[in-house]
Amino acid sequence: MRTLRLLGIGWLFHFKMIMRSAFDGVGQVIYPLFFATVAFFVFRAGDSPRTLLYASLGAAVMGMWSATSTTAGSAMQRERWQGTLEALVATPANFALILLPVTIAMATIGIYSLVATLLWGRLLFGIDLTVVHPLLFVLSIPATVLTFGALGFLFAVCFVRFRAAWALGNMFEYPVWLICGFLVPLTFFPAWVRPISWILAPTWGMNAIRESSLGGSPLPDLIMCFVLGSAYIALGFLVMERLLRAARERAALSLT
Amino acid sequence: MAVVEAHDLRRVYKTHTGTIRRRVKEIEAVRGVSFAIDKGELFGLLGPNGAGKTTTIKMLITLLIPTAGTANVLGFDVVKDPREVRKRIGYVFGGERGVYERLSGYDNLRYFAELYGVPPKVQKARIEELLELVGLKGREHERTEGYSRGMKQRLHVARGLLHDPEVVFLDEPTIGLDPVGARELRATIGTLTSAGKTILLTTHYMFEADALCDRIAVISQGEIVAEGTPAQLKSRVASGAVTEVEVFGIPDETVERLRSLEGVMSVWVEEREQAQVLSVQTRADVQLTAAILGHLNGSNVGRVSHREPTLEDAYVALVEGE
Repeated sequence: MRTLRLLGIGWLFHFKMIMRSAFDGVGQVIYPLFFATVAFFVFRAGDSPRTLLYASLGAAVMGMWSATSTTAGSAMQRERWQGTLEALVATPANFALILLPVTIAMATIGIYSLVATLLWGRLLFGIDLTVVHPLLFVLSIPATVLTFGALGFLFAVCFVRFRAAWALGNMFEYPVWLICGFLVPLTFFPAWVRPISWILAPTWGMNAIRESSLGGSPLPDLIMCFVLGSAYIALGFLVMERLLRAARERAALSLT
Repeated sequence: MAVVEAHDLRRVYKTHTGTIRRRVKEIEAVRGVSFAIDKGELFGLLGPNGAGKTTTIKMLITLLIPTAGTANVLGFDVVKDPREVRKRIGYVFGGERGVYERLSGYDNLRYFAELYGVPPKVQKARIEELLELVGLKGREHERTEGYSRGMKQRLHVARGLLHDPEVVFLDEPTIGLDPVGARELRATIGTLTSAGKTILLTTHYMFEADALCDRIAVISQGEIVAEGTPAQLKSRVASGAVTEVEVFGIPDETVERLRSLEGVMSVWVEEREQAQVLSVQTRADVQLTAAILGHLNGSNVGRVSHREPTLEDAYVALVEGE
């Protein structure tokens, strides 16, 4: 109960902080629209409403991923600049439980990107959002948010020890768009890419959203989201103490 | 019974020099620090910038792992049982950083109350009580980005006390505060000692250590060079005398020449607006005013005065002696 409360309060306050930055907020809404626009123009050539919806959903999840990958690193960097990282570590709470809601709050902001992109597609390009399995569609959005947050958490765990690692967050942004099939089906890629896609939760989150919207069976994808998300969190908890100890040994916590 | 114990604590930092040929350079920030703080005692760690005060405190509050030596707080080892130590200590650091600027003071406290495991039922009352104690009542719902330095500092104090810790570590809490703000904060620290808290205070303000501390350890270049009550430290230089001369532009060479005079214990220069104040501490059995003024030929000299040594003089003598 205490753990859930700690996660909930952490999420609430970090979500509040992100929401209060007009610059961050506008960025999260505007930024994905550029990519969505490019995607719509490219896929419009196919002249198939189904393909356009496919692209629309892909562009929407791209925005969600961008909100998580780039900000997970910068969140830790922000804690360092603010001088709050040491204050957090000095508390008796398990640091992994402090960090997890931070990245989930970031991923939650991605829902704005999703809604904005879908509205953009509807208003400017006339793409209607048809949802075959409404309940599963609604379920697949928080599932994707949570798995993105879990993957962001795994990144952020590393950022605690390696302060320059925030740049890696940016580096992961575009490759994940590609190899998780946000815009192009995975079948277009060489076979060796697929196992990499399978261990990345965004692949299954994307599939769950598409299958529930366009028709298909999103349940296995949702299960994979759950399995991988849990694995990321477990791995993060496992390495957290070790990385935190290394940071204390190398005096890396106070560095900006 | 000692509540905080440090035995031969050492801490080495590694830095890199060079761009292509990178070399590792080791800096020994703390070199064998040992002390013990009793229950209810206010212990001061006094030293100049870079003396190793913050490094020592960070080892005790589990943010840094010592390179060698051991330390325990309330019987818990700071390396082996960090979580047990953290549950029982409060940490307050100086400066404006360390608060969430986009949150209100109240929300900052609410978040940290959760992290410190303050039971939900008592959180509200505890926060209200602390806001009252640090004088932030009425401003608690404003975002901290609009807070003055002093207000942020007081918020740090409130945060450090949220879980009613038995031991409080205060790392230069009054640094950069205006005189009124610093005085108010010292009064707050005074109330903590009367509430029975054990406190470790680091500062480089002598009068602060003199006014607040039961015992002081002077740290210089990573080593404790003296330890005792403020009165004991003062008595170490009580036999001497201090000559203060107001000067306008004193060359470094002159200061060095004064240091080499027979009977001079220490020399230091303080900047005061356009002028400087040269302080020369001498043995009581010598009269060096004429010799000092003789060396100041060529500099504009103002007021000259003599006084008894203070704790500050003891501190300078100890630090310079190193």
